[in-house]
Amino acid sequence: MRLEYLTGNHAIAEAAIIAGLKFYAGYPITPSTEIFEYLASKLPTKGGVVLQFEDEIASINAVIGASWAGAKAMTATSGPGFSLMVEALSLAIMTETPLVLAYVMRAGPSTGIATKAGQYDVMQVRWAAHGNYELVVYAPWSVQECLDLTIKAFNVSEMLRVPVILLSDATLAHIWERVVIREPPEVSIVNRKKPKVPRDKYKPYEPEEDLVPPMACFGEGYRVLVESLTHDERGYYKATNEVQRRLVWRLVNKVLKNKHLISDSATYLVDDADYVLIAYGSTARSAYALIRELRSKGIKVGLYRPKLLWPLDEEMLINSTIKAKKVFVVENNVGVYVREISRVLRNKEVISIPIIDIEVPTPDEIFEVMKEWI
Amino acid sequence: MDIIHPLDRYLRTDRLPHIWCPGCGIGIVISAMLRAIDRHISEGHFTQDDVATVSGIGCTARATLYLNFDSAHVIHGRAIPFAIGLKVIKPNLKVIVIGGDGDIAAIGGNHLLHSARRNMDITVIMVNNMVYGMTGGQVAPTTPMKVYTTTTPYGNLEYPLNLIKLVSSLNTNYVARASVTHPHLIERYIYNALSRDGFSFIEVISICPEVFGRHIGFRNPVELFNKLKSMIKFKAKPSIDESDIVWGKEIVLGEYVNEYKSGFIKLLYGS
Amino acid sequence: MIVDRCKECGLCINVCPQKVLERGNEFNIYGYRYVSPKYIEKCVGCRLCEYICPDFAIYVEVDGL
Repeated sequence: MRLEYLTGNHAIAEAAIIAGLKFYAGYPITPSTEIFEYLASKLPTKGGVVLQFEDEIASINAVIGASWAGAKAMTATSGPGFSLMVEALSLAIMTETPLVLAYVMRAGPSTGIATKAGQYDVMQVRWAAHGNYELVVYAPWSVQECLDLTIKAFNVSEMLRVPVILLSDATLAHIWERVVIREPPEVSIVNRKKPKVPRDKYKPYEPEEDLVPPMACFGEGYRVLVESLTHDERGYYKATNEVQRRLVWRLVNKVLKNKHLISDSATYLVDDADYVLIAYGSTARSAYALIRELRSKGIKVGLYRPKLLWPLDEEMLINSTIKAKKVFVVENNVGVYVREISRVLRNKEVISIPIIDIEVPTPDEIFEVMKEWI
Repeated sequence: MDIIHPLDRYLRTDRLPHIWCPGCGIGIVISAMLRAIDRHISEGHFTQDDVATVSGIGCTARATLYLNFDSAHVIHGRAIPFAIGLKVIKPNLKVIVIGGDGDIAAIGGNHLLHSARRNMDITVIMVNNMVYGMTGGQVAPTTPMKVYTTTTPYGNLEYPLNLIKLVSSLNTNYVARASVTHPHLIERYIYNALSRDGFSFIEVISICPEVFGRHIGFRNPVELFNKLKSMIKFKAKPSIDESDIVWGKEIVLGEYVNEYKSGFIKLLYGS
Repeated sequence: MIVDRCKECGLCINVCPQKVLERGNEFNIYGYRYVSPKYIEKCVGCRLCEYICPDFAIYVEVDGL
């Protein structure tokens, strides 16, 4: 264990190295670039490779290739870059390729304000890629969580053979905070399952009980077949209802049925709360400050903060708001994640507090809206 | 899997016959590529387990489905970055990218030129049939001028891309053009490409009787084959200036760039 | 000949310098009239047919080599 003073971006990079990162490919984009620069100087000294590509499309495809060569691999980007990456994200889902993508949100649409924060892309990150799938997305609220959730993102991606996204923002990217860094064996690191059958019996997409297939990599003699087309257990293209249904449902269910292993959220004083604020990422810091202030005035307010943003842990959400008369969803955007909350809490009064602020919405700004309802 | 044909050990024979139309040139290229690989393997340069083939989307890209190597059939245009990811992590792999002119030169053109610039240690085989085959006959960046396609029903107004000139202008070790009418040259060029470090690029002029042939009036594979053969000219040391392709005129085959500079992998890892 | 791989494109017949091959009269399981080496005695083992076949359907074995 050691203490360091880092930015959110540095913490993500540091955590990736602890998790066993061996390949980073990227294209510079504000506000994610420090992840790239930090790794460019540090990763080669740990036996890893860092490459700058011609665009984000090449970067994520190289990451997928490196993952199939057996390396833990990642890339980092922001909104415009993620837009370019989504086709390959769909490929990673289809081919069950473990990788981590650090998405540092900035103000949009389009080029927007590259250096300033926002939470506009919580829906884009979940839905932008084509086809149907479940995507694992974590949202940290502090530099410490940038570190912890990045390690978790790598572990989940290796465990489930899925791409995992760490959704940070421009504020977290550049604030400096004290971080506790734990390395193995103080922190557990998960590696992908390897085949247990002889080479001639191996099928690259044949799942075990947890719905996750063991993964052989290139150069190991298993004659793997990475297939973007709908495929059976061997990786052979089949255009039938049976194969399409079996594949798509397994890709979805391997995330949903293992949700208990990946779920993560935090609550603060929700047990007796009349009002529960729901917030994620950097905005949750202001919600937390507001709750402390209101509690000191005797108002019973609590906080539910999903760290696993997608898929939402519905049970945790319901349990954390069970006594609440009203639920407020605070976001630094026009109010988008509130739709997901309303879908689950359909019998509750769910109030959206959308605050567009190029820094972090302040506790006062949140209370300004909230006070009309309490 | 039944092993009958001498190349069957490199094929997933349970998936044959393949999807390509009768008389399609892609099978000729794959057959020549497998003989080149077989020669390297029998000479002890590498093993079948060391070969990785990567392709994007398109008719040619379907090749990887049939190859008994570690293979990847990824998304349109992105085979080269995937291949680079493989190569830098497992430098002992012989990484071969196979694709059509749409996959490699149009949507994947940016990756082609940047991997060539890096002298990245991969071999790119581009099968050029001058048209989009899988989607049913649309114009390609390699389609000759004036040709009628389904998306240029009034004739193609654009000058075709000369990949030999483009790739030769970059920091590559090997650039060659072959043709399906001369399979022994395809085999020799792929063999030569696989014998060296750095980036190697082989353009193979191919025939697509079903789609391109239909557009230009040579629907019969044999007629299209003989028409192409009549245009082919082999040169031992061709000049880049004669590498443009104008349908109906000479198409010059040969090794345009033939060097042995250090590749990217050697710069990255040292020798 | 691996008859069920043949697609009757005729390229092998076209390149054979000895006119060994001929379009057959029988159909394979996919409905193609596969090529047959009718005049096999004329074959000189040049393998042009094997090299030009896009379908891995024809190969040459030379006795005594």
